[in-house]
Amino acid sequence: MLHTFVSYVEDRPGVLTRVASLFRRLNINIISLTVGRSEREGLSRMTIVAEASSEAGHRIRASLFKLENVVDVDDIAQAPAVTRELALIKVAATPQNRAQIFDLVEVFRARIVDLTTESLMIEMTGVESKIEGLIEILREDESRILEICRSGKMTMRRGHHVSSVLKAMGKGAEEAAEEAEESVSESETA
Amino acid sequence: MTGKAQARAKTVEAKAIATEEIEASERAHLTTPTRLTGAEILWATLVGEGVQEVFGYPGGAILPVYDALRKFPIRHVLVRHEQGAAHMADGYARASGNVGVAMATSGPGATNLVTGIATAMLDSVPMVCITGNVSSKVLGTDAFQEIDITGITLPVTKHNFLVTKAEDVASALRQAFQIARSGRPGPVLVDITKDAQQATAEFNFEAAKPRSYRPHPMLRVEESGLAEAAELIRNAKRPVILAGHGVMESGAMEQVRTLAERAQIPVGLTLLGIGGFPATHPLCLGMMGMHGESWVNHAIQEADLLIACGMRFDDRVTGTLSSYATKAKKIHIEVDPAEINKNVKVDVALVGDLREVLEELLPRVSARDGSAWLKTIEASKGAVAVRDIKNLPDSGHLYAAHVMHDLWRLTGGNAIIVTDVGQHQMWEAQYFHHDLPRTLITSGGLGTMGFGLPAAIGAKFACPDKEVWLIAGDGGFQMTQSELATIVQEKIKINIAIINNGYLGMVRQWQEFFYERNYEATPLVSPDFVKLADAHGIPGRAVRKRSEVEAAVGEARSNPGPFLLNFMVEKEDAVYPMIPAGSALHEMIRRPERDPLEELAGDM
Repeated sequence: MLHTFVSYVEDRPGVLTRVASLFRRLNINIISLTVGRSEREGLSRMTIVAEASSEAGHRIRASLFKLENVVDVDDIAQAPAVTRELALIKVAATPQNRAQIFDLVEVFRARIVDLTTESLMIEMTGVESKIEGLIEILREDESRILEICRSGKMTMRRGHHVSSVLKAMGKGAEEAAEEAEESVSESETA
Repeated sequence: MTGKAQARAKTVEAKAIATEEIEASERAHLTTPTRLTGAEILWATLVGEGVQEVFGYPGGAILPVYDALRKFPIRHVLVRHEQGAAHMADGYARASGNVGVAMATSGPGATNLVTGIATAMLDSVPMVCITGNVSSKVLGTDAFQEIDITGITLPVTKHNFLVTKAEDVASALRQAFQIARSGRPGPVLVDITKDAQQATAEFNFEAAKPRSYRPHPMLRVEESGLAEAAELIRNAKRPVILAGHGVMESGAMEQVRTLAERAQIPVGLTLLGIGGFPATHPLCLGMMGMHGESWVNHAIQEADLLIACGMRFDDRVTGTLSSYATKAKKIHIEVDPAEINKNVKVDVALVGDLREVLEELLPRVSARDGSAWLKTIEASKGAVAVRDIKNLPDSGHLYAAHVMHDLWRLTGGNAIIVTDVGQHQMWEAQYFHHDLPRTLITSGGLGTMGFGLPAAIGAKFACPDKEVWLIAGDGGFQMTQSELATIVQEKIKINIAIINNGYLGMVRQWQEFFYERNYEATPLVSPDFVKLADAHGIPGRAVRKRSEVEAAVGEARSNPGPFLLNFMVEKEDAVYPMIPAGSALHEMIRRPERDPLEELAGDM
């Protein structure tokens, strides 16, 4: 099954390797990985999507927590969440067919972010299937797509989900441990 | 007193005084912030962490550190190969329970540590390895002896650090010690660039203290789990406790014993669990798994409840998973959440420190009558014990089992035994009965040949007042035999027993059983080990008959310095029983009634 992990990690050299290496060791292919700054200073947020057996989720999460630079791990599993992906698509466009592409972009609620005499760039945010849909339509004309750049999935749980581990980081260690436990039970019961 | 001895006594005295002076000024460093070089900070931090010995080998990229050593009260043990340094630190840690420290230079020095680090990782041994590296300005330029050791050791360390500034040395080291010894212990590597060793920084030991250890957030011991475990124990008809390395790591010997005695549950041990429960205890079944005795494995296969304490259901313990203990409910008490349901699916998981969990569980466990089950197991021992090789009449042949049994008898079981890897290791586990924790030091998970000799040296440093025996095969001994010179240089007393059968015995045994006796690359020519020892100034003798064993062991023990015994044992003996890899736990190969391999005088 498809697993989605959201992980907060220290923003310093080598941390990405440690996380990626864990999946490599378990011979699990990472399908998508996005990393960027988070709401907490010094911490990056990762969304990791990987294909593994349904029982593997527990072990991956437990193993991620064993990495010293990993502060929090959430196994999204089937919990209600919002997942988005960003795609930049450069397509060949001449004055003759531009209008047609503009219409497509309108239908898919995407945006044109660059326009030159031979090409234009489409920016689109959405769920994977929507992006795939646009790409499929654009591919109807074989020579049209010049480049595709996709961000990979970004996932966030719906509703109130405070990452209490992070909040507690500024507090005493005992509190942090307590709250970490709470956060674990939260994510498991949710 | 001879002149030499007097001179030595004087130097020792002078050293003691010097050490006192140094210590006084040293302690000052710990309390008052001082400006020091990175190299000095390194030693000062080690002193602060309570380190007394470091096993290492100098080289270009770590020279500033070695230059600063003379100012600090730490004994450096010069090894002959960096793998030896890592194994010594490992042996030191296993024997003492404290963090062992190994040191090497960059490049080949660092890569030579890797096998030793992996050995410690697989057996959860707390260790800190310190390597020098080229200056931070040339990192990544393939400078002379530059290697990406943090990259190389990433999968075989609990964590590692690259330190490029003097001001980060103390905090990285202190954090390394905390990580190494906390939770499930393991090795940590700290790689320090040469410019970080040379630069100066404010040293403040207190300020470098890492933020307090955060236990793994998935540790969970719930009321319901404890109640369920207690209920399973109460209702079990055929329970078995499986005791692993965690019993010692957690210091839960008393708690495991109380559980076993109160509920009358027999205890099976993993290889690394040996010593965690007294072998001579009536409830002790002995070692389980591939070379465990039949009654242990049968008991596990017949059990209706397994209580796994600080063990990880390794494949050498379980055999084929699909047929492992199918009738049993399983309780797993384990500090590492990643081990839960990894190999064996369990019914109750109590994820936490073993001793703490047992302290919580014990009040819920009441006395129960286990006599029927214990009698069944006792009855299953019958025929097997009679065939046991140690009970065979002395036919003049020397079997390795004889050596192990006699060593146990003659040392009163009080010695620390360090083994290498192979047949002798299994015979030791079968025939030397360990009643005390940390008296068997052996490479389990990684099965590292060459571990024995250096680990024995480390163990001796950890326990200078204890009798230390190395038991090694002729193959493994040759992998790290250069450390004999270390023994001599450091003037330590270790007894060495080489179980010499002229083969890479365990591989030969597999070839015998599974590869139609095609003894490819297993017959082994060795030097005359007694002469080799003699070349190092270490006395020794060869032993060829069982009748000679007692006197030889006595001679080794009474010799004030190290002593080597070369036991010329039966060449093609095998470790029985054996569960072939991929078979179920009860499908074992037994020792033949009349050993067809037994050589007679005429055969020689």
